[in-house]
Amino acid sequence: MTDDVKNPDDPERRDFLNTVTGVVAGVGVCAAAWPFISSMNPSRDVLSQSSTEVNLKDLKPGEGKTVAWQGKPVFILHRTDQQIENMSSSQGVKDPEADAERVLKPDWLVVIGICTHLGCVPNRVKDGWFCPCHGSAYDNSGRILHGPAPRNLDLPPYEFLTDSTLLIGRSST
Amino acid sequence: MKKITQWIDRRFPMTAFVKKELSEYPTPRNLSAWWNFGSLSGVVLVIQIITGIFLAMHYKPDAMQAFASVEHIMRDVNYGWLIRFMHSTGASAFFALIFIHMARTLYYGSYRAPRELMWWSGQVLLLMLMATAFMGYLLPWGQMSYWGAQVITSLFGAAPFIGEEIVIWLRGDFTVGDATLNRFFALHYLFPFLIVGLVMIHLVALHMVRSSNPSGINLADKDNIPFHPYFTVKDLFGLSVFLLIYAFFVFYSPNLFIEPDNYIPANPLQTPAHIVPEWYFLPFYAILRAVPDLVGGVIAMGVSVMIFAAMPYLDRSKIPGGARYRPIYRVLFYLFVVNVLVLGYVGAKPPEGWLVPLGQVATVIYFSIFVFLPYISKKEEIWLRAKGLPSVVEELICAEEEEKGKRSQRKNRGKE
Ligand code: FES
Repeated sequence: MTDDVKNPDDPERRDFLNTVTGVVAGVGVCAAAWPFISSMNPSRDVLSQSSTEVNLKDLKPGEGKTVAWQGKPVFILHRTDQQIENMSSSQGVKDPEADAERVLKPDWLVVIGICTHLGCVPNRVKDGWFCPCHGSAYDNSGRILHGPAPRNLDLPPYEFLTDSTLLIGRSST
Repeated sequence: MKKITQWIDRRFPMTAFVKKELSEYPTPRNLSAWWNFGSLSGVVLVIQIITGIFLAMHYKPDAMQAFASVEHIMRDVNYGWLIRFMHSTGASAFFALIFIHMARTLYYGSYRAPRELMWWSGQVLLLMLMATAFMGYLLPWGQMSYWGAQVITSLFGAAPFIGEEIVIWLRGDFTVGDATLNRFFALHYLFPFLIVGLVMIHLVALHMVRSSNPSGINLADKDNIPFHPYFTVKDLFGLSVFLLIYAFFVFYSPNLFIEPDNYIPANPLQTPAHIVPEWYFLPFYAILRAVPDLVGGVIAMGVSVMIFAAMPYLDRSKIPGGARYRPIYRVLFYLFVVNVLVLGYVGAKPPEGWLVPLGQVATVIYFSIFVFLPYISKKEEIWLRAKGLPSVVEELICAEEEEKGKRSQRKNRGKE
């Protein structure tokens, strides 16, 4: 440094100032950009739609329905004994997971109805769900059987308020 | 009039500019009809911007109102149906023209030095066009719109670590929703103007390196003729033919390019039994589906679009004139075109039965052509030169090699 002072003609003398100016400008631009980038994230009112209550009374074994939670479809399936048995005796194929880990009560399967491939909503078929978009098949535990989807259907947080009411979006555990 | 022109010319080089870049702009006299598609795309860009602005005067980017406002345009707004069909058909026309424009460049090897920057700015234009079309497709808020956007935004979930965050950020919600629609509308309005800007750069580059031509050689000055009136007339003729075809679709089958399912309002809880993207995305969509792995599929699709940019390096042959004088390259070109059509067919159908392996084979062929091109093009050049080229062509190649040698010598000397 002291050399620089002695030699004011040194062309490298200004390098430090240039670098500092560049860095400060860069940081400034990033800081200024942040509010704009952040504004594109979900707004507070979107974030606040956090839980959905579902009445399970009219669902007989074998029946299912789809409800909306945070704008996402959630599949609820009242499984028959046969289905429970089939599911608990298998582990799934691509993403092995025990059926017991995927349900709170074996009678009720609650999964997010969004294909883990690219986000379509799979359709109910005989032994599970089938995604029409690129052909991923899921079983009655929401586990991926075949197709391009990488994971089993995700589980939402949920709890049973009473025997026949389900609250999606919060879990006591 | 003359006085006004003079007044302006003293302050702004109007006359000189028009002369240099338009009326007297030297243009190869052997341009064929294939050299019409750039200017046609420009016209369609203008059509899209004008119709789009008028549509925006009646459209409401709101998840509750969007679908109804499009129907309102179709039924109640004076000539709304016409403006809307012009816009929706225009999108397809735009892609058709751009694809032909690209095919011409590939066939005649126009991407080669010194036109790499034209090719690359064109590549970026293609990406921007795709983004614009994709965002515009969401706006009618029908089932196809909705699920198309859902699937395509999900593609970003393949990004490592922060994929999920990116997807939510893009959508502004956990699924495609009101926030998504609103921002897509804003950006769909913005992008065309960015495209106009980049088209200007594309044109400045064009006027620097001048038009290529079917012979693949840079013509002598005497073989260039002024743009006006020769090419204004030629382009206008091409434009009339194009407008005839365009008008046919606008008036007689405007719904050909609109999926019937898109007349069902978007329903976030129900995916249509079979979703397809717009026809111009089908080949790429087929590649996405052909790879039985999410991340792999997304990468393959991205590469399949971007790989064109590498053409100036992949094609190592020095024989001028593109496919015309290069029999093997010509075979590859047609193979590629047919293969893309096959991919498009596969992309349009549900992924069942023999279509799955067919799509995979076509995907492999798609990439193989690019991968083997450097080798094949070099071999082909050697073969053709051994067979004996016309002496003029041979001289040209030698001159070019010499020029290159000199340049690298100069560079080396500069380093020392
Ligand atoms: S989105 Fe379900 S298989 Fe692709």
